[in-house]
Amino acid sequence: MSLDLSEALQTFFAESRGLLQDMEESLLILEAEPDDTEAINAVFRAAHTIKGSSGLFGLDDIVAFTHKAENLLDKVRNGEVALNEGLIGLLLASRDHIAGLIDLAAAEMAMDADTRKTGEDLAARLQACLGESATAGGPVSATESVAQVQGGVANRLESDTWHISLRFGRDVFKNGMDPLSFVRYLATLGELTHVATLQDGMPAAAEMEPECCYLGFEIRFKSDADKARIEGVFEFVRDDCELRILPPGSKVADYVGLINDLPEDNTRLGELLVACGAVTARELEETLAVQDCEGVRQERVQPLGEIMVERQIVQPELVNAALGKQKDARNRQAQESRFIRVHADKLDSLINLVGELVISGAGVGLMAARNKDGDLTEAVSGMARLVEEIRDGAMHLRMVEIGETFNRFRRVVRDVSKEIGKDIELVIEGEGTELDKTVVDKIGDPLTHLMRNAMDHGIEPAALRAERGKPVKGTLKLNAYHAAGGIVIEVSDDGGGLNRQRILAKAREKGLIPDDGDDMPDGDVWKLIFEAGFSTAEQVSNLSGRGVGMDVVRRNIEALRGTVDIESHAGLGSTFRIRLPLTLAIIDGFLMGVGDGHYVVPLDMVQECVELDPGRDERRDYINLRGEVLPLLRVKKHFDLDGRTARRQNVVVVNTTGRKAGLVVDELKGEFQAVIKPLGQIFANVRGITGSTILGSGEVALVLDVPSLLDAAVKDESRAQAALI
Amino acid sequence: MNALVKVTDSLAAANADQEVQQYLTFMLGGEVFAIGILHIKEIIEYGQLTTVPMMPAFIRGVINLRGAVVPVVDLASRFGDKPSQVTRRSCIIILEMQVEAETQVIGVVVDAVNEVLEIAGAEIEPPPRFGTKIRTDFIAGMGKVQERFVIILNVNKVLSADELALIGQTTQLADERAA
Repeated sequence: MSLDLSEALQTFFAESRGLLQDMEESLLILEAEPDDTEAINAVFRAAHTIKGSSGLFGLDDIVAFTHKAENLLDKVRNGEVALNEGLIGLLLASRDHIAGLIDLAAAEMAMDADTRKTGEDLAARLQACLGESATAGGPVSATESVAQVQGGVANRLESDTWHISLRFGRDVFKNGMDPLSFVRYLATLGELTHVATLQDGMPAAAEMEPECCYLGFEIRFKSDADKARIEGVFEFVRDDCELRILPPGSKVADYVGLINDLPEDNTRLGELLVACGAVTARELEETLAVQDCEGVRQERVQPLGEIMVERQIVQPELVNAALGKQKDARNRQAQESRFIRVHADKLDSLINLVGELVISGAGVGLMAARNKDGDLTEAVSGMARLVEEIRDGAMHLRMVEIGETFNRFRRVVRDVSKEIGKDIELVIEGEGTELDKTVVDKIGDPLTHLMRNAMDHGIEPAALRAERGKPVKGTLKLNAYHAAGGIVIEVSDDGGGLNRQRILAKAREKGLIPDDGDDMPDGDVWKLIFEAGFSTAEQVSNLSGRGVGMDVVRRNIEALRGTVDIESHAGLGSTFRIRLPLTLAIIDGFLMGVGDGHYVVPLDMVQECVELDPGRDERRDYINLRGEVLPLLRVKKHFDLDGRTARRQNVVVVNTTGRKAGLVVDELKGEFQAVIKPLGQIFANVRGITGSTILGSGEVALVLDVPSLLDAAVKDESRAQAALI
Repeated sequence: MNALVKVTDSLAAANADQEVQQYLTFMLGGEVFAIGILHIKEIIEYGQLTTVPMMPAFIRGVINLRGAVVPVVDLASRFGDKPSQVTRRSCIIILEMQVEAETQVIGVVVDAVNEVLEIAGAEIEPPPRFGTKIRTDFIAGMGKVQERFVIILNVNKVLSADELALIGQTTQLADERAA
């Protein structure tokens, strides 16, 4: 029977990638604390689940490789192989290889020679690690010890043959599972010595539904695998089938228990067992007789676990552990059920619709105000409040914690520090800070650049650090927090800081600054490193130093309507501070009229509005704001706009990252929810404008990019001054 | 339109001179131009245009097309002439272009829209090397209509977003230098 597995396959890919992510995180934890059993188990579980599910889909390459990794992990879990750095490195590499294999499978491509070779190398190395442990004669494995316990119990039947009793649920096929593939997969763990198919559940042909599964299996299975492994085979149908696994050397009574537990007719099943060779006919008869007597004497049926312990099949600890695990799994399930996986496109279209709703809501509001209809205005304002809530709720759906992005850098830091031979520790703070998914997706690259730069150029080699009296281990810190309606992400290191002289020298060499720029303020000097083609590292290393990084970083961040600034102290380290808006789609804006056009600034930048004194000296563009000097930027003049100038002009006091200025505009129009529409490629190079938005009247208003506007104003002014000299 | 040129080229060689395409003709500075009808999304009245500061003259600004913000180009100044005067008959033609996988929507200001014409492949001459005073790569061909020539535009070239953005940038730089 052929099933359409493509959808399930996509789920498998998504899940596997998640598992690989978990695996990486746990491996990195293990690197710091090799004894963390929870982490070891997590790694093992991830590998095991990937193997299990890829076996289900017949992805044999993945199964074969993961199986080897799993073997090693199993030994690690049992304490036979001690984890060390080399081993973790190997496991990380194996993880990457599995990820590669999964990507290939997702792209439906065959393995190329390189991948195959990597796989073989890794497999050989994994094997080598296994081999060592075998000859080293580590502690006895759990499987063996269990076998020993059982060895002590009388009435052994066969030494290493498991008995598996399997009843599939009716809906197995409907849930996209093929019972046969489980049996086949089981066969990869050992040898199926006998499989008896049970057709008792099969109704008469007329009543039979072809899509239901009525079959059961009694399987004799010869294998060295432990019970958990065998159980793991059926992990995906656990909810859909009745599974009983009797360990090798189970007593006849256990089989009897099995027979009584199962719904089928006692003798029928007994015969089957006899047929499989699990018990002999005589033994069966005897025990059934004994059991009947006991059944009369005993008033209550003992729970399965108790019976098992009593009969020394399993140790009490194991039962407790199993119960604990069951509870864990239940908790996890409960947690999972509180989340819904939604396709990002659906969310995007919802947000777009909410955007349209906000715009047309503003249109209705405008109309109501124009018609001076009191009742209507009231109704509209009630609706506007709801729309605002819906908007906030919709935007909140897109918010994700930045922690996941941060955690990815543990690996980066580990790899890079190994590569360049520096001992660097990564400290992460503020993982819980939430921001828009699109921003999170796009911030990864610039952050990677900054981190690599900090590790390569910022943190000094160990010898130099010792000389400077710093701890030999360098520290890199990632931090995120909310501030002033946006989010701030900091990358800081405790390295040598930026070298002012070298940056200036380099800038002169590149002709970025005039020769006499020695008295530039620090902040401006640091900004030079964001110029294209700027790199002060004397040696071009593998990671950075080609000077392509920093200007890309700045451009990426600016594309997110963010800013980046630098704080650096010689000998103490530097901090790169990235400020980003919380969301890219909708902002609370402040609407202003300039000439014939409308302009919007983000509301959180606006501090206050004051009227421009008409009688003031027109030659100087600054005002006295309660004793503070406030430079003015005449928007109309700056943009070279036509149109009437209002008789009374207004000043909008804006504050962005500590810089304060006044924007001179003709008209103040108040708060406005702006749905940001990108301006498109043609306007990509316009400085001072980040996007557009549609007003209630249908007119298009432009959104000002205040930081770059102020930068441009500073440049204009200095150029004008230079012209005078 | 590139594809179209190729098609007309290759078809000219084959027997498909009968291939008839439809073109929208419009007026610009007294001349008749044409654009392949497949590029045209709609024609709207000229109005409510928002100027984007610091852009070259041939980018008039942006309009709100049912919730989408669409840039509007002044074709006359793109060809190096004076910007079109807005009259009662002025229109904005909304064009849709496929650039790689993306669809770009862009508007052009024209003096007046005439009609939709059918021009057979055989009736289209290659553009002259010079003499039109318009960049030759802007012209896809010269259509013969009732003994007169109609300039068929290569929309992808005339309105290439890359080029428009680049010109915008250089204009800004030039402004800065001048200042």
